[in-house]
Amino acid sequence: MKQEMVDRIKNDPDYIHLVSVRSRFAWTLTIIMLVIYFGFVLVIAFDPTYLGTPLSAGSVTTIGIPVGVGVILSAFILTGIYVRRANGEFDELTRRIKDKAKGN
Amino acid sequence: MKQILFLLLGSAGIFASEALTGAVEKQPLNMSAIIMFVIFVGATLGITYWAAKRTKTAKDFYTAGGGITGFQNGMAIAGDYMSAASFLGISALVYGKGYDGLIYSIGFLVGWPIILFMVAERLRNLGKYTFADVASYRLRQTPIRTLAAFGSITTVILYLIAQMVGAGKLIQLLFGLDYEIAVVLVGVLMILYVTFGGMLATTWVQIIKAFLLLAGATFMAIAVMAHYNFNFESLFATAVQMKDVSIMAPGKLVSDPISAISLGVALMFGTAGLPHILMRFFTVSDAKEARKSVFYATGFIGYFYILTFIIGFGAIVMVFQNPQYLDLAKQAVDGGYPILGGDNMAAIHLSHAVGGDFFLGFISAVAFATILAVVSGLTLAGASAISHDLYASVIRKGKSDGLMEMKVSKVATVVLGIVAIFLGITFEDQNIAFMVGLAFAIAASANFPILFLSMYWSKLTTRGALIGGSLGLLTAAVLVVLGPTVWVDVLKHADPIFPYKYPALFSVSMAFIGIWFFSITDNSESAKQEKEAFEAQYIRSQTGIGAEGAVEH
Repeated sequence: MKQEMVDRIKNDPDYIHLVSVRSRFAWTLTIIMLVIYFGFVLVIAFDPTYLGTPLSAGSVTTIGIPVGVGVILSAFILTGIYVRRANGEFDELTRRIKDKAKGN
Repeated sequence: MKQILFLLLGSAGIFASEALTGAVEKQPLNMSAIIMFVIFVGATLGITYWAAKRTKTAKDFYTAGGGITGFQNGMAIAGDYMSAASFLGISALVYGKGYDGLIYSIGFLVGWPIILFMVAERLRNLGKYTFADVASYRLRQTPIRTLAAFGSITTVILYLIAQMVGAGKLIQLLFGLDYEIAVVLVGVLMILYVTFGGMLATTWVQIIKAFLLLAGATFMAIAVMAHYNFNFESLFATAVQMKDVSIMAPGKLVSDPISAISLGVALMFGTAGLPHILMRFFTVSDAKEARKSVFYATGFIGYFYILTFIIGFGAIVMVFQNPQYLDLAKQAVDGGYPILGGDNMAAIHLSHAVGGDFFLGFISAVAFATILAVVSGLTLAGASAISHDLYASVIRKGKSDGLMEMKVSKVATVVLGIVAIFLGITFEDQNIAFMVGLAFAIAASANFPILFLSMYWSKLTTRGALIGGSLGLLTAAVLVVLGPTVWVDVLKHADPIFPYKYPALFSVSMAFIGIWFFSITDNSESAKQEKEAFEAQYIRSQTGIGAEGAVEH
């Protein structure tokens, strides 16, 4: 990439917007995933009996079952949220940046 | 049974089921499984023939021309990740310990969203064939490529040994073939797929296998649930009656907080540093397809882990204590309810319980197909590191032509295949449970930090990456050797020098600190240029301007 093009893109308001919005979004989702997973692991490490509590009096199913399945679902849902926004909003911004960079 | 269960859960730790260790017994020849497996091999060799005609350039060979769709790639990634050992191992873990099996599988899943948010798009926008393309983008080619290739090849070989030994044992169990014959068969088929069909054949082998595995596991889970009118409470209640209530709560898998976090770090960053997984991102046309790949892969893998949980409980209620699957000879000696072939056979026996001989044959054939697909992906990644990073970039300084590079890659594939067969036979009776753990630790401590910082940190220099990455690699290797899995279990010392099974927390920190320190203190002229080159790299990573496109087939 030529320096002249680098300078042009770097100062493009769409580019500045894309980079800041996408970074914030990606980091937010990353932190949510880390909190969910390490939270789950630390509950097991510090209070192993908690997840073994029955869901309701007399039931065999424990709190751990919906929580564990919930962690799996959260991973899938978070990727879905990211892909949805990236394939729409972020790709549209990227397309505009590319068009401008080509000098159109 | 006790032996396998012990190795699976006890001394060897969480990665043991990936490695399928322990003594197994050869089973009688299983004809319906062999016939179905022969059909699979015939179909995949047909695909290899078709792929070979379309694999003309180096780009075709390494990335299937970059024309794989996001959905196909997601399926292939899931195929790479759902090994036979994880199918049989996780369901065996659930069968043996209940809830701990779920904790184990969750650890393997949560790396995927992080890969999507942090790595996937930038990797696609910057790279060509290997992750070293990205790591060395603005740094000095020779040292960084050498280190990255070394990290890749080490990871691949450790993983390959674990898969080959697992393959030999599994095939003894499922098909009643000799260990050596099984290992040679896997090695030869893998060489055929990769040398002739390259990435295109490897991808389709992965996709077909992922589909068969998901279909088979879905059928088993539905069959189990149908017995209980799709009511989980009654499934769990029956299982608790058979075993005891402890299977519904966390057991001994996660003990202290440091081990727990260290394991999480290894699984998360290790997944993001596995060369055969990273390479899959170059098979799609652009960042959008790369994103979709991870979305579908996460969905398939998560779904698969939920299925294995149901299958494990299904095995408790339908296989455990079922006289048909009981190993009477062992029971007479050890008591309890040992099942034929050991705990790793829980899912296999369940397939017989729900679908008879025919379905048993199907699941056995799928398990074999799974091994073939995984070793093919690994070998292709290892061969690419040799031909693209070492030969083309380091030895020929980027002046080789694509055809020559592809030839080197094919020779490397054959050599790796032979090495894998040889190591597979050598390690038959060794305790190899630490190898997958070590592979993840090295991927997390050497490959991932360099890759991540090369994309995110403008002040990274060659010196920092080289010293920090090497420190991470060495720390991981040394701590695994001094830790419980090698020092005590393999070398038979009484106490470990390093107390934790999973060194990733320490070795990854070491890598990041090393890279940071030796980068910021690097005042050389080349370091200055490397920092200045970040801006252009960053723009390409964000927008994909200048990125590799796809070719039409």
